[in-house]
Amino acid sequence: MKYFLYEIKESLFIALRAIRANKVRSILTMLGIVIGVTSVVVMSTAIKGIDKAFQDGISSMGSDVLYIDKWAWFSNTDWWKIRARKNLTLEDYEKFRSIAKLPIAVAPTLWTNQNIKYEDESLSSIFCTGSTGEYIKTTNFTFASGRFFTDVESNSSRYVAVLGSDIAKSLFPNSNPIDKTIKIGGIDFKVVGALDVQGSFIMGSFNPDKQIYIPIGTVLKHFQSSKQRSITINVRAANPAMVAETKEEAEAVMRQVRGIKFGEESNFSINQQEGIQKSFDSTVGVIQIAGLFITGLSLFVGAIGIMNIMFVSVKERTKEIGIRKAIGATRRSILGQFILESAVICLIGGLIGLGIAIILSKIVNNILPTSIQYDSVVLAILISLITGVIAGFAPAYSAAKMDPVDALRYE
Amino acid sequence: MNIINIEHIAKLYQVGSEEVHALRDVSLRIDKNEYVAIMGPSGSGKSTLMNMLGCLDTPTSGKYEFNGNNVSAMSDNDLARIRNKEIGFVFQTFNLLPRSDSLHNVELPMIYAGVPSAERKERAKKALENVGLGERIHHKPNELSGGQRQRVAVARALVTRPSIILADEPTGNLDSKTGEEIMSLFNEIHKNGNTIILVTHEEYIADHALRIIRLKDGLIEKDTPVEKRIIPTVKPLYSIS
Repeated sequence: MKYFLYEIKESLFIALRAIRANKVRSILTMLGIVIGVTSVVVMSTAIKGIDKAFQDGISSMGSDVLYIDKWAWFSNTDWWKIRARKNLTLEDYEKFRSIAKLPIAVAPTLWTNQNIKYEDESLSSIFCTGSTGEYIKTTNFTFASGRFFTDVESNSSRYVAVLGSDIAKSLFPNSNPIDKTIKIGGIDFKVVGALDVQGSFIMGSFNPDKQIYIPIGTVLKHFQSSKQRSITINVRAANPAMVAETKEEAEAVMRQVRGIKFGEESNFSINQQEGIQKSFDSTVGVIQIAGLFITGLSLFVGAIGIMNIMFVSVKERTKEIGIRKAIGATRRSILGQFILESAVICLIGGLIGLGIAIILSKIVNNILPTSIQYDSVVLAILISLITGVIAGFAPAYSAAKMDPVDALRYE
Repeated sequence: MNIINIEHIAKLYQVGSEEVHALRDVSLRIDKNEYVAIMGPSGSGKSTLMNMLGCLDTPTSGKYEFNGNNVSAMSDNDLARIRNKEIGFVFQTFNLLPRSDSLHNVELPMIYAGVPSAERKERAKKALENVGLGERIHHKPNELSGGQRQRVAVARALVTRPSIILADEPTGNLDSKTGEEIMSLFNEIHKNGNTIILVTHEEYIADHALRIIRLKDGLIEKDTPVEKRIIPTVKPLYSIS
């Protein structure tokens, strides 16, 4: 064991000497592995970033919430069939709410795009969700200041609004938005609350940070009729374990509300977060496989480059190998020397690649929340070491099995 | 006691479809503290015999005993170990590692022998001082003259305290004055109790030894003591200890 460590240490010194003696060649050899490791680390970090952003975003929706809608998020039903469905109305919601027993919260939503204005600040085409006070119970929202509007306020269609964090930041960069009056589509609304940062970019315009919440009555009155756009009924189960049961009940109640006869197809859909999750997972899966394939390919090319240069190096140093063998180097020492040389070159390349990846992900961080994880650091080091050993093996083996007499005679 | 005991060794090479008998039937004994020159024209089997003696190659048939060990049956790794511990090579072309300084070159055999770093440096330094290169331990081969390079090679050969020194045309790449210096160094090494085998094609160089073995066509033609031995006139500036 002691001799083994001695051998490793000495081979390492010999390898370092050889690398230093051939600086340019060593650097060129490293290049392939630098690029390979950089792309592996950046790719894995980016995928993790996308995943995290999505999870953050989706968690604000709650996994125990069902969305009863005219439209299906994911469906095999023909689009024209869905389009022909009757819109859900506020009456549907009211009937549903009075019959359904299992949900702990039920809220109708109807959205509209409106221009927002506060003093000189104005925002165009903002996603405004109209709902009832119970809506807050179907979400996991947290507040930066103020509160959600109450049932009383929504039932009487008061002109009150709750702002998403981005909206609050844009309209009130330096002041508290509470009790200020803003214009939504030209009509005055009083701000009663502002949300914390909830989700992330991944949700697009559904991102709660970029929305305004107002009583549904005001939407119906001024902006949007439920004849043209179906409302959505948000239904929250008591807990995640109750989701399936709640969904079953909702299906039955909704069929009753809409007067669907036995054997007829439902003319509504019940959507849930799980569907998004599934579709997202399969998308990320594809990105992951494609990413791994591409980065794996670049590593493979790097490894071939190293193997190539190591073969040249072995050929060029035939005489050196002969000398070493003549004065007592065993096959194992020669094998170890060249494998270590290749491994060290790759390791240095890998560390450089890691450094570049860290810098790159700092830049990417501006667009996508990423951070280098410990496991990708370990991954980078392992990958570069393993690549080095594998790429170095064949050349090292050819060096080790050289005949000392022939090697010494080589000029 | 015999260090080297060779009985009826032969070496056969396959060159294309032709078989070449580099050595046909050679028997030979070399004792401790002998100073032997092996001579012969090219193609006589001189180099093949040297490779055998140096354990760089094994015979096709026959028996080679080195210090009582049967070398002819040894594996590659055992041969490497014998070369490392028992044989000090000095080559015509010096065969130093070009990118390493004198010290590292002399350290090299001790690395493969597993000598700890501090002791290795100490011994390498001493060996270089012994050949008069104490001031040149950090010079690389291309910063040294031919004679100095060969002295580094001699230091490398001696540093493991081997049983034999095997020198293959050690003066072949040197001018006559420098050659004389190296021969004088060998004389000192021999006086110190070392066994030296010198392979050369020059009568004059061979006459520095005590015994000359002449090869021809893969056979020993003559094995005689040197009649008029040449004692180098150049006194070495260095002492071997």
